[in-house]
Amino acid sequence: MIGIGHYVTVSSILFVLGVLGIFLNRKNVIVILMAIELILLAVNINLVAFSAFLHDLTGQIFAMFVLTVAAAEAAIGLAILVIYFRDRGTIAVDDVSHMKG
Amino acid sequence: MDLMHSLRLVAPEELLSLSGLALLLASAWLGSARAARVITWLSVAVLAACTVLVLPGLSNPAGADVQAFGGLYSADAFAAFAKVLIYIAAAATLAVAPPFLEKAGAARAEYPILVLFAAMGMGIMVSAQNLLTLYIGLELNSLAAYVLAAFLKTDERSAEAGLKYFVLGALASGILLFGMSLTYGFTGTTSYAGIAAALQGGIAKGALFGLTFVLAGLAFKISAVPFHMWTPDVYEGAPTPVTAFFASAPKVAALGLTMRVALEAFGTQAAAWQQIVIFAAIASIVVGALGAIGQTNLKRLLAYSSINNVGFILIGLAAATPAGASAMLVYLAIYVAMTVGGFVAVLMLKDGEGNQLEMLGDVAGLSRTRPLIAAGLAMVMFSLAGIPPLFGFWGKFVVFQAAVEAGMVPLAALGIAASVIGAFYYLKVVKVMYFDDPAGKVTGQSDMVHAVLLLASALFISPVGYLLTKCLGQFAETAAAVLFAGA
Repeated sequence: MIGIGHYVTVSSILFVLGVLGIFLNRKNVIVILMAIELILLAVNINLVAFSAFLHDLTGQIFAMFVLTVAAAEAAIGLAILVIYFRDRGTIAVDDVSHMKG
Repeated sequence: MDLMHSLRLVAPEELLSLSGLALLLASAWLGSARAARVITWLSVAVLAACTVLVLPGLSNPAGADVQAFGGLYSADAFAAFAKVLIYIAAAATLAVAPPFLEKAGAARAEYPILVLFAAMGMGIMVSAQNLLTLYIGLELNSLAAYVLAAFLKTDERSAEAGLKYFVLGALASGILLFGMSLTYGFTGTTSYAGIAAALQGGIAKGALFGLTFVLAGLAFKISAVPFHMWTPDVYEGAPTPVTAFFASAPKVAALGLTMRVALEAFGTQAAAWQQIVIFAAIASIVVGALGAIGQTNLKRLLAYSSINNVGFILIGLAAATPAGASAMLVYLAIYVAMTVGGFVAVLMLKDGEGNQLEMLGDVAGLSRTRPLIAAGLAMVMFSLAGIPPLFGFWGKFVVFQAAVEAGMVPLAALGIAASVIGAFYYLKVVKVMYFDDPAGKVTGQSDMVHAVLLLASALFISPVGYLLTKCLGQFAETAAAVLFAGA
């Protein structure tokens, strides 16, 4: 029998993978966008699992909102990335460091 | 009838969103570049109208009459106080933007419209009574802010600032959401009142994790240490009017939101978050003060100064008392005036061709060439350092008083000691302006608007500001009482 604990474990693993994806990734900014999506999907698994567990609809409605906002966020992220690429000609993470201190 | 009542309560948000959409259509019709100035001034007018609209709410106590949409949103005194600050700060930073953007070749009507949408999101943030409303408000603000940071499309630093702000802001939202999902799972509800009731008896491990994640996500948004690293880069890279905006209005909104979450939703478990807040407060004060010492860029310096100030404001939250909350609001009001004044002064630094200057070396000997700007900036610096008789001192005083009354003498003592470190770099700017040989770089003229705003904020933070302490304190007390109404 798969219980609430299993769902929370899976979502926690996905969340940690997403956070590590942002910090350990040294190659490409697109990978960071994917890691952000991973975090948001981990949250959605959590919300839907808790919603089913509690017999309460709020969590599922919340997940719908998260999905919608995630789409808008990805669109804006990609738009900023396009501007950045036009200026710099690269999207390697190591190059995003002209300002320091 | 119920829906009409709700719609009346959210009037400021309706006005902001509808006028934002109408102005967006108008800009598409008239041509974005041509209509930029007109639409900027119309947006300032809309923000002013919203300020007038929320003024009567300054005395609303908490309760069912001010709750809209079945308790998702509240138009109480706390929300009204924060909204007045947000709208004024947004309007002021919008009014100084056109000359900068025209010089940078980015005078577009989308800029004021994005500020309007961000202001709407911030209004929802401080009015939220439910984690879902909180999230929507936060994202409405953040998504507009990411675009604003990258607004100078051809400027490398602006694009980099936008990218950094986006990645770290999205990460913060993710952490916050994860915390909210855990909180929901372990309390069974997303409403603040429901969470407070569910935590009445004690806090489960899972809910404690949720609380920690939520606070970490919010610490990102208010740029408290240890989640501050994006602040200097974004503040330096973003266009200066945008930096002025970031440092003022969204700070008020995010801090208001943090107060609501900590004192309303988790108010019954204050002991669980007090340690976190105390650590963030002390670390922010120290890191903000030490980080600013070596800076040569004025925008970066002001970024560290804002981290430092957030630390002082968090001391009021650590007290977890009505006096502490009201002290935070008083501090926020003074902080907004100081920040707007500081950035307007930086915006007034131009060379003969109208190019923007932002290095510390550029202001050397400014008192001899441009005494008015130098005097304004010096007042802001003295006030930020908390030197009496300027008004910045009063903000620090009330916060420390609240901490001492709550029995947190060591915290207050540490804060006072650390503010001495901060005084070093504030006074360094004054020294460079008044005692160094003139660099003679600042020769360009600025708009009247800049001068008027600098004068207004200088007047507010001057000793004249103390005339306001009584009424400011009263409004802040009414607002703070809202947060403790349920307890």
